[in-house]
Amino acid sequence: MNKELVEKIKNNPDYKALVSRRSSFAIKLSVAMLVVYFTFILTIAFNPSALGTPLSADSVTTIGIPIGIAVIIFAFVLTGIYTKRANSEFDDLNNKIKDALKEQ
Amino acid sequence: MNRIFTFLILGTIAVFASGAIGGEIQKQALNVSAIVMFLLFVGGTLGITYWAAKRTKSAKDFYTAGGGITGFQNGMAIAGDYMSAASFLGISGLVYAKGYDGLIYSIGFLVGWPIILFMIAEPLRNLGKYTFADVASYRLRQTPIRILAASGSIATVILYLIAQMVGSGKLIQLLFGLQYEVAVILVGVLMVLYVTFGGMLATTWVQIIKAFLLLSGATFMAVAVMAHYDFSFGALFSHATELKGIEIMSPGGLVSDPISAISLAVALMFGTAGLPHILMRFFTVSDAREARKSVFYATGFIGYFYILTFIIGFGAIVMVLGKPEYLDMAKQAIEGGTPILGGNNMAAIHLSHAVGGDFFLGFISAVAFATILAVVSGLTLAGASAISHDLYASVLKKGNVDSIKEMKVSKIATIALGIIAIVMGIMFEKQNIAFVVGLAFAIAASANFPILFLSMYWRKLTTRGAVIGGSLGLATAILLVILGPIVWVQILGNAEAIFPYKYPALFSVTVAFIGIWFFSITDSSHDAQKEIEAFEAQYIRSQTGIGAEGASEH
Repeated sequence: MNKELVEKIKNNPDYKALVSRRSSFAIKLSVAMLVVYFTFILTIAFNPSALGTPLSADSVTTIGIPIGIAVIIFAFVLTGIYTKRANSEFDDLNNKIKDALKEQ
Repeated sequence: MNRIFTFLILGTIAVFASGAIGGEIQKQALNVSAIVMFLLFVGGTLGITYWAAKRTKSAKDFYTAGGGITGFQNGMAIAGDYMSAASFLGISGLVYAKGYDGLIYSIGFLVGWPIILFMIAEPLRNLGKYTFADVASYRLRQTPIRILAASGSIATVILYLIAQMVGSGKLIQLLFGLQYEVAVILVGVLMVLYVTFGGMLATTWVQIIKAFLLLSGATFMAVAVMAHYDFSFGALFSHATELKGIEIMSPGGLVSDPISAISLAVALMFGTAGLPHILMRFFTVSDAREARKSVFYATGFIGYFYILTFIIGFGAIVMVLGKPEYLDMAKQAIEGGTPILGGNNMAAIHLSHAVGGDFFLGFISAVAFATILAVVSGLTLAGASAISHDLYASVLKKGNVDSIKEMKVSKIATIALGIIAIVMGIMFEKQNIAFVVGLAFAIAASANFPILFLSMYWRKLTTRGAVIGGSLGLATAILLVILGPIVWVQILGNAEAIFPYKYPALFSVTVAFIGIWFFSITDSSHDAQKEIEAFEAQYIRSQTGIGAEGASEH
């Protein structure tokens, strides 16, 4: 990629939009995953009995079980949310950037 | 606190090496239905290898299956790499033994995947060709970066292979009644056949078929268990707690101090993002879009699989525990309690017999063997490509080598790695290999990941920073594992560990990042200036895929 092309893409508003939107989205989702996971694991480290609370008085199932399963599902849902937006919005922007290069 | 660490590492061994298959292993009687099904699998996969061999004509075909794998297929293959026999048997065994702690452990393995998707997958696909060293060395000096990245890859691969070979030898001995050495040689020979002839195409399809079989078998077991309780988790759990005590429903001793909790999390997350055989899979798809879909599907399959192993572990508590046919009476006579044949890691295998009789036991045993074969094949291919693509073609020949010659070197490297794996597998049979996989993950997290990540995102990274910082991370990881409780105390027999934690990742990853940062910003050489200037063009390609490697023509 030569300097001229680099400058051209760098100044393309679609490129700027792509990079800033995708970066901030990726960072937000990463932070969401890290916060959920570290809350989970540090709760276990500091206060293990919290997750050992039974769901109801006559149940042996603890709230830790649905919470644990929810962390797994949350991880999967996050990948789905990212993939959905990237497949449409980010890929569209990206195609516009590539088309702009072809036209010139 | 020591108890926690002992437990942590026992979990690791269980998960990775099947090392917890207890004590002296007694060979089992030949299991005919298992052997028939296994032969069907081997026959079928050798057929695929033959088909793949005809389509593997260039280095690109060999390393990346021509780049034409779809996101769904690749997601299945990535999940297959992750769902090793050791993780199937180890995690369900951990749930069987400790209940809730098994779930905590599996969640740790899963949460790295979304991060890989958001940060790594697309730039990796856009910048790389065959190996992650392509990305790390994109704008830095080829020779030093490739040597470091290849060393990290080869070290990770060989350590992982040792763990898999030893685990597989013991498992096959137990399941099929084959001798340990015969089992190890059989695994080594088949994996060399798949990889040398079929390259990535065969390796990927073997992995996909195995992932499908494993998910189907595990689903059947979980459904059979749940059907027994009218699909009521409450009923399953209450029966299980009657047999095993109420404590299996709460966190036990797996994580209880913050440092080890964070260090384990860092090792699992960054380690996963630095495993060469996983990273390599991203080059088998046509573009960043398919790479992204791969992670989406892979995360779904892996998460689903961990939920199944949780049910299977509880299923084993209610259907295997205390049943006379699965009781290890010899062990019970010595230790008391109700030990099951082959140790806790055999819980899922016994459960397969409990729910589906001899025929289904044979099926699950054959799937376990298939799983081992598929995982070691992927590892070997990643190791071989580090040798042929990074060391031979890029460092030794400076890139002036034709694709046929490069592929030939890969095949020789595959055979060499196969021989190493067999020899090491036999050598380490009676050794304590508890540290091996922990070390592999520590190296992947401390040497491979920081260089890869910063090369993608940090403008000011220079060759000097990457080489010094990456080497420091590598050295710290190795040193802390040696000075840690497993090697220093359990293997070398010293009274107390110099470094108290079994997971060094938090410390070694920090050392790597600080080292890379410091030796990059203080680098005022002319080359460093040029490397910083080259960032912009690299970043554009990583974000847009303009100029990225496409799929091959056929």
